[in-house]
Amino acid sequence: MIEGYEQAAAQAEARLAAAADLDAVAGIERELLGRRSLFNEAKRRLGELDPGERAQAGRSLNDARARVEAAVAEARDRLAAADRDERHAAERLDLTERLPQTVPLRRGRLHPVTQARDRLEDVFVGMGYTVAEGPEVESAWYNFEALNIPDWHPARSSFDTIFVNLGEPEEVMLRAHTSPVQIRVMEGRKPPVYIVAPGRTFRSDTADATHLPAFNQIEGLAVDRNITMGDLAGTIDEFVRAFFGREVKSRLRPSYFPFTEPSAEFDISRPDGSWLELGGCGMVHPNVLRNCGIDPEQWQGFAFGFGIDRLAVMRHEIDDIREFVNNDTRFLSQF
Amino acid sequence: MKVLLSWLREFAPGIDGDAAALGDMLSALGLTVEETTVTGSVPDGVVLGRVLELRPHPDADRIQLVEVDDGSGKSLQVCCGAFNMAVGDLVPLARVGAVLPSGLEIARRKMRGQASEGMCCSEIELDMGDDAEGIMILNDRVPAGAGPGTPLAEALGLEPDVLWDLEVGANRPDALSVMGVARDLAAGLGVAFEPPDWSTAASGPDTSDVAAVEIVDPTLCGRFVGRVLRNAPQGASPPWLANRLTALGMRPINSIVDISNYVMLELGQPSHTFDLGRVAGARIRVRRARDGETITTLDGVHRTLAAGDGVIADGDDEAIGIAGIMGGASTEIDVGTTDVLVEMAWWDPPSISRTAKHLNLASEAATRFRRGADWGYNVERCMNRFVQLAAEQGAGVAPGLIDERGDLPDRRPLRVRTSRVNSLLGTGLSTADMAGHLRSIGFGADPADDAELDVTIPTWRWDTETETDIAEEIARLHGYENIERTVPTANEAGGLSAYQQDRRLVREVLVGAGCYETQPMPFVAPGALAAVGLPEDGITLSNPVDDSESVLRTSLLPGQLRAVAYNQRHFNGDTRLFEIGHVYLPAPQGQLLPDERELLAVALSGEEAPAAVAVLDLLAEALALPAVELRSGSLPGMHPTRAAEVAVAGRVRGAVGEVDPGALEAAGVSGRVAWLQIDLQEVLDGPRARRRYRPVSKYPPSDVDLAFVVPESVAAAQVERALRASAGALLARIELFDVYRGPGVADGSRSLAYRLRFQAHDRTLTDAEVAEARQRCIDETTRRTGAALRS
Repeated sequence: MIEGYEQAAAQAEARLAAAADLDAVAGIERELLGRRSLFNEAKRRLGELDPGERAQAGRSLNDARARVEAAVAEARDRLAAADRDERHAAERLDLTERLPQTVPLRRGRLHPVTQARDRLEDVFVGMGYTVAEGPEVESAWYNFEALNIPDWHPARSSFDTIFVNLGEPEEVMLRAHTSPVQIRVMEGRKPPVYIVAPGRTFRSDTADATHLPAFNQIEGLAVDRNITMGDLAGTIDEFVRAFFGREVKSRLRPSYFPFTEPSAEFDISRPDGSWLELGGCGMVHPNVLRNCGIDPEQWQGFAFGFGIDRLAVMRHEIDDIREFVNNDTRFLSQF
Repeated sequence: MKVLLSWLREFAPGIDGDAAALGDMLSALGLTVEETTVTGSVPDGVVLGRVLELRPHPDADRIQLVEVDDGSGKSLQVCCGAFNMAVGDLVPLARVGAVLPSGLEIARRKMRGQASEGMCCSEIELDMGDDAEGIMILNDRVPAGAGPGTPLAEALGLEPDVLWDLEVGANRPDALSVMGVARDLAAGLGVAFEPPDWSTAASGPDTSDVAAVEIVDPTLCGRFVGRVLRNAPQGASPPWLANRLTALGMRPINSIVDISNYVMLELGQPSHTFDLGRVAGARIRVRRARDGETITTLDGVHRTLAAGDGVIADGDDEAIGIAGIMGGASTEIDVGTTDVLVEMAWWDPPSISRTAKHLNLASEAATRFRRGADWGYNVERCMNRFVQLAAEQGAGVAPGLIDERGDLPDRRPLRVRTSRVNSLLGTGLSTADMAGHLRSIGFGADPADDAELDVTIPTWRWDTETETDIAEEIARLHGYENIERTVPTANEAGGLSAYQQDRRLVREVLVGAGCYETQPMPFVAPGALAAVGLPEDGITLSNPVDDSESVLRTSLLPGQLRAVAYNQRHFNGDTRLFEIGHVYLPAPQGQLLPDERELLAVALSGEEAPAAVAVLDLLAEALALPAVELRSGSLPGMHPTRAAEVAVAGRVRGAVGEVDPGALEAAGVSGRVAWLQIDLQEVLDGPRARRRYRPVSKYPPSDVDLAFVVPESVAAAQVERALRASAGALLARIELFDVYRGPGVADGSRSLAYRLRFQAHDRTLTDAEVAEARQRCIDETTRRTGAALRS
């Protein structure tokens, strides 16, 4: 029979609860749990017991030891919290003491993507457009169905959509394009509509020098009585010249998007005579207009969309777009 | 879809011109060229050479000297780094002056003192394969007559060809075939499109006597054509066929599989072959699957089907194939096979699409069926081609054809209004112009009257069914570049909304205050919100790109701390940062989408709380925010004694102060971080003070300085409120100019020194008036706040 440790443990718990500083805790810990402590001595003596008795005694010894260890940890936490509270109390500030501040004269910077977005908005505002925005988390209706992409449509898989755990599986997602804003705008008001919709979009892409899972697009939508594909080509051309320079040309190539018909990709000319693909566009599909309660026999429209980040990349010759999200001031201060 | 020029020309021999011009035409037609490769071309000056003698290089171990007969009558010495040839071998020899595909020009030179007058080439050096190990040995690959000196292209029978890789939209199932691309290109070039047909002598019992097909569900299968082959060839395909499959990116497997793939690539129709002897009852039943029905597919995978999936079952009603996607293992053709049933079918595209998606099984066949395959004569043409190729390789062909029908797309002639097409495109095309364009790609177009066309849509254009679809075809063939460009006139002024203008102002103010705008990604790792003291209630992503970015943020704090830590870690020191971005709070009851808000955050690292308050004051001033109050309280993620709620016009809109030291430690940030976060949307859309003109006084002001000893429990704001209330209408301005703690001021209190400016609009104030106001301020403030005038 080994005795004494139960009582010692109970005493230690009480002393620890009352300990006033960390040194006191360390002393009690050494005394009870250290190399020459009562507990270690008791453990050594377990070997002297009958095998039958040994298991039982070992268990209760371990239990008592665990209680002391827990009490030590608790006392440490309590004292640390008290210490923290004391420190916090000592550094309390009355935030309404508003003394005049002197700030060193140094200008910050707008993010290069914001700069590109502002320039785009300004060009389109100059062409008579307003700027619309929408949520980044969208439902399947806005991201797909209203845009004439039913659930079985082969184009759905091409969006590499990031889904969100809300609603039914694949019912809610991070918007894969800014086109849902088209629907929200047309549901909310009757034509004529002339809007651009810049904003963040998401695709399931691993981040590398040319991809980020979160990036920015701008969408354009014009719906009026007699909007034609010639108007689309002319608008793209006007925008390209205003944004990139009067000497830059544009061209449209046939393509396919479920939400426009006819659909096109648009390219801009480079100084060496080659073409650079910039974005997609087309005449708003009659089903899209119908889905927003607009009669396609009465109204026609065009839509276009392209990446904003890429324009900043081109303008500043940035070779790794991960810098856009690192927020390194050595990067941000360059623009 | 990849296509070869030589293959296209088998459908439209008139296709001609240089690769670049043809590629531009394909792109202009909407078959965007992603890559162009010229194949089968051998550089000038590369000829057959025969190895006459091999000698070691006297001064180099890794080079040997090769004496080569180049057909000129005298031999050349070539230094060569490969050792795989033997005397008598025929090898490609690049003569001096030849330019290899890499751009290397062969010159006469010396290697370690030995002359080299040409180069023996490997596959990779000639861009004729991937082998870089040794020199190409051509002994078995050239005809008997070809000797040294014969140009390599002539010896190998190579002709230059062009391979285009085209991007084909989901609305163009027809263009997933050589024939479909040829049809478009011929129309674009204005040359004849002449698809061949094939016929083959048949013998033995009729197909319908040895096999039967029943379409149980007509909504699944619109057409099922079957034909029986005997002794189907199963050896290697002939080189010409294997080469074409390889060129288009498919691996040759064996004769029967290769024929199936060849016909699919050439004509667009996928097919499947069954070992007829292993189909129970030699009967096929086409039906929907029972939920939970299982099948082992050709790839050896055991799959469980869902109700609605299309199934091909045998006479015992056991599933032996997944319709349109993949065949079953039980009826796969093997060496014991004698009779083969060839299936060519038309499947309902949405059905195939749903099954391919839920089984996560993409196949070349499914890609075509889900876009809508051809259901017309082409199915028979494809079967003719299939059996013709099989017969060429020794198969016997049964006469007759099984041709069962289910529900096929209903494509009655479509009435198309010329005026509608022109109004959509902005063109002035005549009915005849439009009819001509449509006919050039196989559409029927009959003028109904002067202003309308009755258009028959061909069976290879499942996705085409409306007037707008027809307008797109006309636009494509007319040429997008031939549409006159105009700009619409919006009858409304463009502009930014008040919110958007104010948001720009906020950014300008912050940039002026030395802050850099940041744009961190809006995802955080699981536990990241809790680590900075916020509730861990972020909405999670189902398929995050990275597990460490699988939660949507509910605060801008984690992202800003990450940016601060990043800059500290990269020795950029302390920084002033801001962000305007969305957070996503749990969806309100009864709503599907999250409560998404646009917030503003400002993080000033290495600075204390008053710096953040000063930024708030700047913004409040710039935006004319009414009644901005700071209310102390315990705020998640914020320093317990250095933070306050920000209330604007009585409503809490955010927090200001310092970040909780525990959160800073968790984020790896050293030093303090002053912090401001407000709900930008609520603040900008909320009430604003009106900036109403007040005349400026022409009379001099009188300034009064007052210092009070104020208990720490009393906020400076209370003192200021008391001063304002008591100073009366003559108070023009009030400013706290000094705060003092230390000797002379009791513990638990501090001295607050204010400068009050009194001024009237109609007179110069008398000393007595000022003294009276001063005394009123002292009396009222001490009475209301417990402050004492510091003497």
